[in-house]
Amino acid sequence: MTDTVAQASVANAKAAPDTMAWDSGLRRLMMIYLPLGCFVLILLFPFYWMAITSFKPNAELLNYREHNPFWITSPTLVHIKHLLFDTAYPRWLWTTMLVAIGATTLSLVASTLAAYAIERLRFRGSPYVGLGIYLAYLVPPSILFIPLATVVVQFGLFDSPLALILVYPTFLVPFCTWLLIGYFKSIPYELEECALVDGATRLQILRRITLPLAVPGLISAGIFSFTLSWNEFIYALAFIQSGANKTVPVAILTELITGDVYQWGALMAGSLLGSLPVAIFYSLFVDYYVSSLTGAVKE
Amino acid sequence: MSVTTLSSPTLTQRQPNWLVRLFDYKPFLIVMCLAPAIGLLAVFLTYPLGLGIWLAFTDATIGRRGQFIGFENFQYLLTDPLWWNAVFYSVVYTGIATFGKFALGFWLALLLNNHFPFKSLLRAIVLLPWIVPTVLSALAFWWIYDPQFSIISYLLVDVLHWRTSNIDFLGSPWPARFSLIAANIWRGIPFVAISLLAGLQTISPSLYEAAMLDGASSWQRFRYITFPMMMPILAIVMTFSIIFTFTDFQLVYAITRGGPVNSTHLLATLAFQRGIAGGELGEGAAIAVSMIPFLVFATLFSYFGLARRKWQQGEAND
Repeated sequence: MTDTVAQASVANAKAAPDTMAWDSGLRRLMMIYLPLGCFVLILLFPFYWMAITSFKPNAELLNYREHNPFWITSPTLVHIKHLLFDTAYPRWLWTTMLVAIGATTLSLVASTLAAYAIERLRFRGSPYVGLGIYLAYLVPPSILFIPLATVVVQFGLFDSPLALILVYPTFLVPFCTWLLIGYFKSIPYELEECALVDGATRLQILRRITLPLAVPGLISAGIFSFTLSWNEFIYALAFIQSGANKTVPVAILTELITGDVYQWGALMAGSLLGSLPVAIFYSLFVDYYVSSLTGAVKE
Repeated sequence: MSVTTLSSPTLTQRQPNWLVRLFDYKPFLIVMCLAPAIGLLAVFLTYPLGLGIWLAFTDATIGRRGQFIGFENFQYLLTDPLWWNAVFYSVVYTGIATFGKFALGFWLALLLNNHFPFKSLLRAIVLLPWIVPTVLSALAFWWIYDPQFSIISYLLVDVLHWRTSNIDFLGSPWPARFSLIAANIWRGIPFVAISLLAGLQTISPSLYEAAMLDGASSWQRFRYITFPMMMPILAIVMTFSIIFTFTDFQLVYAITRGGPVNSTHLLATLAFQRGIAGGELGEGAAIAVSMIPFLVFATLFSYFGLARRKWQQGEAND
């Protein structure tokens, strides 16, 4: 607030009083709204294009001369119908959901306990354990997927969604632990001391005092993990072979692209449907997202 | 309040059984709490990392345990033009994409830091490209870059009449390289913008007021207040961005799979092609391991290069 007030006062001082209102209005339009409009247009256009392609009949899709490509004259559900009834798409959605929920649950439990131990049970070397877990976040999956593939084969988990549920926590746990350490820090230590004096055990303190107060952090960590597991690609591509067990991103790329003629309608419909769950999930929890993203960076 | 209600039931059971006492024994509890996280990370992160480095020195293939062959894989890579090509493109890709993401992302963050209606809605919309699975938005870009039915070509040729022929986005090496970089920038802007916006909001307005009283122009305010104050957060976000751009896989694999004529291979896609698709685990692992020095260098460079200003100031002031 004070910033804009101050800016307005500077504009006041510079411009003659009668031209000022018009000048600052135009200036604002050119400097803020126009670039913002361009950004939003460019950032959203691929989604618009994805959505509009999924409802276009093939005749319109490949004929720009007679049909305006930016609009649909006769929308159709034929691509979505093809996807849902002629392919294993529902199965892929189900697998993806299962993997995402499984990996999220596993990483939430593991990272809550770890964050609690590091931040609240304070032992010698706890900062180093925290640092080690944080460093694990900097190891990108592209370096790990080849040796991990052999590990997965050794465990007899190749081609099984369980492999993904066990492997995804490698990038989820560091992030969630980091986020939750930050949340636990913000809870007053005195609350736990009171409970300790009253004779509560440490597990009771965790369950009845710390966790209820850390619910926003748990939600942030949960939705973040869910989105990241839903979007994961390289492990799912490397560890899953049979068509039925694939996750949505992998299946669209490997099962829907057949031959040289691409079924753009079906491909875009598949992308749209595959994006919708995370998009809906995201729209419900926008504030948690933004706070966890920014909180994680600031920590 | 909740604390007082808690005390009465626990006081009645003064003598808990041994299991409860065991779980209240601090060293035991610490081990139990850390076990799941450390266990998962050790088995699926640390062990594979070591195994990957070992594999890079063997001639393992899928289904056959390899023999130790020393630096042979790396020696072979040094003579392999495809590997050099991938190194070259990885560096170009990371360099241009990071620059683009940070220039545009910083600009967007500055724009979003103004006051206007529907600000939170706009902030939510802006993050969408980052939320949606990369492969799925990459498919949308693939369709946008279609040689025949590209909407960009349509705009330029049929609507604006700036060109007479369609652009061949993915058919020849350099256009394909830049098309991928553009898609990467598109996906990276939201993350950079929202993280930097958080940093911008922590800068105290009184600094700007003081600068304005001293007669600083808006460029001077940006150069001498906003930019230095943003340095620490820029360093962190840039480190992350560089690491994950350099090791990017999904975008390239989804749109070009390394083509045309292997010109858009990143190290990660080359490692996948050789290691998993081609079955040469040892060679693939060697390519993956060859990313590590670049990553360490890039991390140190971006972190210390950008954070330097901060500790130099600290030294001078103390």
